[in-house]
Amino acid sequence: MNRLTWALADGWTVTRREVTHWTANPGQLVAGLLFPVMVLLLFAYLLGGGIEVPGGDYREFLLPGMFAMTMIFGLEGTFTAISTDVTKGVTDRFRSLPMASSAVVSGRAAADMLTTVLALAVLLASGLAVGWRAHNGLGGALAAVGLLLWLRFALLWMGIWLGLKIRNPEAVMALQILVWPIAFLSNAITSPATMPGWLGVIADWNPLSSTAAATRELFGNPGWANDTWAAAHALELSLAWPLVITAIFAPLSVRAYRNLSR
Amino acid sequence: MLYGTLYGMTYTIEARGLVKRYGDRAALDGFDLTVPRGTVHGLLGPNGAGKTTAVRVLTTLLRADAGSARVAGFDVARDGGEVRRHIGLVGQHAALDEALSGRANLEMFGRLSHLRPKAAGRRAGELLDRFGLADTGRKAVKHYSGGMRRRLDLAAGLILSPPVLFLDEPTTGLDPRGRAEVWAAVRALVADGTTVLLTTQYLEEADQLAHRISVVHEGRPVAEGTPEELKKTVGGDRVEIVVHDPADLPAVAALLGPGAETDHDTRRVSAPAPDRMATLTAVVHDLAAGGIAADDVAIRRPTLDEVFLHLTRSAAPRSHA
Repeated sequence: MNRLTWALADGWTVTRREVTHWTANPGQLVAGLLFPVMVLLLFAYLLGGGIEVPGGDYREFLLPGMFAMTMIFGLEGTFTAISTDVTKGVTDRFRSLPMASSAVVSGRAAADMLTTVLALAVLLASGLAVGWRAHNGLGGALAAVGLLLWLRFALLWMGIWLGLKIRNPEAVMALQILVWPIAFLSNAITSPATMPGWLGVIADWNPLSSTAAATRELFGNPGWANDTWAAAHALELSLAWPLVITAIFAPLSVRAYRNLSR
Repeated sequence: MLYGTLYGMTYTIEARGLVKRYGDRAALDGFDLTVPRGTVHGLLGPNGAGKTTAVRVLTTLLRADAGSARVAGFDVARDGGEVRRHIGLVGQHAALDEALSGRANLEMFGRLSHLRPKAAGRRAGELLDRFGLADTGRKAVKHYSGGMRRRLDLAAGLILSPPVLFLDEPTTGLDPRGRAEVWAAVRALVADGTTVLLTTQYLEEADQLAHRISVVHEGRPVAEGTPEELKKTVGGDRVEIVVHDPADLPAVAALLGPGAETDHDTRRVSAPAPDRMATLTAVVHDLAAGGIAADDVAIRRPTLDEVFLHLTRSAAPRSHA
């Protein structure tokens, strides 16, 4: 085998490790998959009744927001896995083996994308169960899923970088909590127009909002009546934001990984 | 297989003048080391002496700022891939996937060492047998005891039957039983001809396992030799007397002559005993003649503890300009 096939084979071995985790510990997988479903039910049935929507069913607004939020929640899985491996010395063991060094990252990336696809499938099914529908046919739905995965892919690099940089458990915990306000400071659950001025502006420009709004468009779900520039250009921004995030964090991640030998 | 040769001897590990700086602090400061093939070499030193940094440079995990090193005949800076094919590393933490079984861990590391799936499975089975883990091979590692984890960790370092094995504090945090298990495993490896570089803070461990020891202090070895040679550097055997009444201490010290050292807290006086039994007999006779009651009289060989304290105390602090 040559270098490239070994790099792929090694990456697959690292990915398969995650799949083995699922079978070894199905409870943890199920809990992880059901968590967004719980948040969905919380908003659809308990809190959603109090949220004003400009015509239509709140669930039609909520689901695309929940899809996008789930992409953000995935960040936690990436940086926790990377940081655990580094602190436990597993990363060093990988680096002392004659394996392709790219596999540590590529294997993790593939594993997390796989987990995301699974989580998204569960959430889509739950959405359909609570009455949400995609109205633009399969093409629109696939494009929407593609946009969501594009955001998740960008967040992978952020997660890898954070995992390599942040070692102490307190900081990891702080970061896990910080994901929440970032996820809620968006148009995922409510309209930014209802937020106090400057908060609304931040929520409007949150990459999560762009993906949620663009996903609503592609699924044919109604959007918030919002006439800001960011809201009007959601589709463009939902393509651009992940590109910007990747352009910043992919090189930072590669550098942080190389710096392990410094 | 190629090995570096120097003065007609074959060395499996050779380091010359390794330097590694972190800001103003030099973790390695001109670190030299030669380890002949098939021997166990102990790096002994306190936390922060540079032992782990040395191991990380020799296993290609860390790049040195200066100096050079060859392991199994390959340059660690230029030929990292080849070095990694010839070494096993067992680090300070048990670097294992806690959620996977022992067998799954070994198979994964086997695959990543580029064994075919079947070969990786076979090797995992062999290693589990050899380290007494065959019964627990299917259990998740998080249910393993400390000693079992270490043995599995050791097994993971041996997947490719590497000619050179690096053990970085392999028994830190283990209870005496776990420690004995790991020692037995290391002895068995050496019997098979593996070259081992062992770092430890435990003098007893170095004494038990290592053929030669380097005492590491502030980033470089300050003494090297067999355990016996090192013990001789702090002087030979000593006679030790524990008196019953502290008031007798000065009298006993006077009796033993100018080399005597008194420790009031333990009511102990010690002095060189060049003639061993003759000295002991003379001392016992003198004590009886002087009417001094002793709780204990014994001949004692210096311990590595004393060597270690002696060396690290006498090594002058060095400036890092």
